[in-house]
Amino acid sequence: MELQYWIWIAVGLSFSLYIGIAIWSRAGSTKEFYVAGGGVHPIANGMATAADWMSAASFISMAGIISFGGYDGSVYLMGWTGGYVLLALLLAPYLRKFGKFTVPDFIGDRYYSNTARSVAVFCALIVSFTYIAGQMRGVGVVFSRYLEVDIVTGVLIGMGIVLFYAVLGGMKGITYTQVAQYCVLIFAFMVPAIYISFLVTGNVIPQLGFGSSGADGVYLLDKLDGLHRELGFHEYTSGSKSMLDVFCITMALMVGTAGLPHVIVRFFTVKKVSDARKSAGWALLFIAILYTTAPAIAVFSRTNLIETVSNQPYEDMPEWFDKWETTGLLGFTDKNEDGLIQYTAEPTTNELTVDADIMVLANPEIAQLPNWVIALLAAGALAAALSTAAGLLLVISSAVSHDLLKKMVMPNISDKGELIAARIAATGAVCLAGYFGINPPGFVAATVALAFGLAASSFFPAILLGIFSKRINKEGAISGMLVGVTLMLFYMLKFKFGWFGGGTKADWWFGISPEGFGSIAMIANFVVTLIISSKTPAPSKDIQELVANIRKP
Amino acid sequence: MKKTYWKKNIRYITILLSLWFVVSFGCGILFVEQLNTIQIGGFKLGFWFAQQGSIFGFVAIIFTYIYLMNKLDQTQNK
Repeated sequence: MELQYWIWIAVGLSFSLYIGIAIWSRAGSTKEFYVAGGGVHPIANGMATAADWMSAASFISMAGIISFGGYDGSVYLMGWTGGYVLLALLLAPYLRKFGKFTVPDFIGDRYYSNTARSVAVFCALIVSFTYIAGQMRGVGVVFSRYLEVDIVTGVLIGMGIVLFYAVLGGMKGITYTQVAQYCVLIFAFMVPAIYISFLVTGNVIPQLGFGSSGADGVYLLDKLDGLHRELGFHEYTSGSKSMLDVFCITMALMVGTAGLPHVIVRFFTVKKVSDARKSAGWALLFIAILYTTAPAIAVFSRTNLIETVSNQPYEDMPEWFDKWETTGLLGFTDKNEDGLIQYTAEPTTNELTVDADIMVLANPEIAQLPNWVIALLAAGALAAALSTAAGLLLVISSAVSHDLLKKMVMPNISDKGELIAARIAATGAVCLAGYFGINPPGFVAATVALAFGLAASSFFPAILLGIFSKRINKEGAISGMLVGVTLMLFYMLKFKFGWFGGGTKADWWFGISPEGFGSIAMIANFVVTLIISSKTPAPSKDIQELVANIRKP
Repeated sequence: MKKTYWKKNIRYITILLSLWFVVSFGCGILFVEQLNTIQIGGFKLGFWFAQQGSIFGFVAIIFTYIYLMNKLDQTQNK
């Protein structure tokens, strides 16, 4: 059957599944809308968290980024999984015990202050918006690449679907569609991976194939290191970044993960404290399936690519090479006009440009898999983008309807009124996200790092200290958050956007990149919070009791 | 009673977070070069920790904590 038919079938079926779930799980109260009624099974919540967490970037781009970075790519692998240990051990169980709806809820109540709440709402909105714009863009790109519609139509279709189930079902609808989306995306990711692993190494488990040898008996990683040396790249298994920078980026990503509001809020949806721990464990397990496979795919496709193209005549390139060349993801200019493809680290002689996304997208074709696998990949990429967008959407709408409206502007609003407000806010947020998806601001790519840095430098210290110390007061927490966020914004604007005089790599403080600076801003937040708190009066007895209470099982 | 519960919890957290640090920042970053001199199968050990081992370690750490805390919770209910 034609590839195009397969894609329409896969996408159509998965979309009708999501719509069916949305109709079945309409939200009737704010509790259902914000936290799915608080009765989600830990395994279901684990799957939903995994889908929520793994975005279009994890699905499409990560393997490619690792493939080009080698050891340097490890920061993403460790950074985006290690945060779940912090969540499970330090945050999730206590926030569940606290038993409210949102992250600003906790900050506002624990620090008995609407100023603290406002700072938290502000951070939650910035973090979520930078993220969601990228997701809607991802939806548009996948649509345009696979369904041959233009990006605007793609974004509009994506908006329609998300709008339908997020506005109708709130967290309840989102949770159960995310469970379905996880199943779609992991199946779509694993089928080509297993096939390619078997093809290259004869081992069906990619994690083991990764460390095996190819048909010539040489270990894949050793071969790849050798190829890299020949072509002038740094060795695949050792990095090019400084150790301190790798350390800081990994730390910022881990702590940022633990501080992201759309991840934290997922743990409000389970029944008990022990379920919050359990679902963090399941979530990481489900995420680990993809995250331990991605570096294996990276190695298979990197070796494949170099062996297929390096010093081979352009004439003899397989069919997929032409196809991806027309999309612009592959580019070849014959600089020395010898008809061969020279792929080297040196920009003046290198003749091949490769986009990182191709490593996952072209995999099925390179391995000559049947058409339905390619269709599956399209459905999987859409599932990854939509599930993350929906989770972020809910954080935005609850920040507006619950934290701003109910808690600060109109405390007397009825549950029904708040529910209507939440739906309107969600609709508004979808439209805004769609607008940014169609007209992406140039800073989207740069701001993903900012989102993690901001979450790390604002929420994480405030929540952590709020649980593990009774002595921290509102003066300390507010000034800590403000210092952390300001410092992070300053560094980001200076080195990513050229404000405040700009600067180059040579000017980085202690040689730390803007991506890793979240760690430093977080430490500044901790220090400021602790010093200011010790100089100002302790919180009241009620607050100390609140803290004692959330520590009880 | 409550005091010992919290104290035990803190002890579990401290031990498990040290392990968390060792498998990722320790083996995957700080001592990666030393560990890379050891090769197991096709993997250099430091590289393996950075791209595979640390993640398996994280999963194991969380499930250990779940097990320990469920046991501790039970002693509370008696």
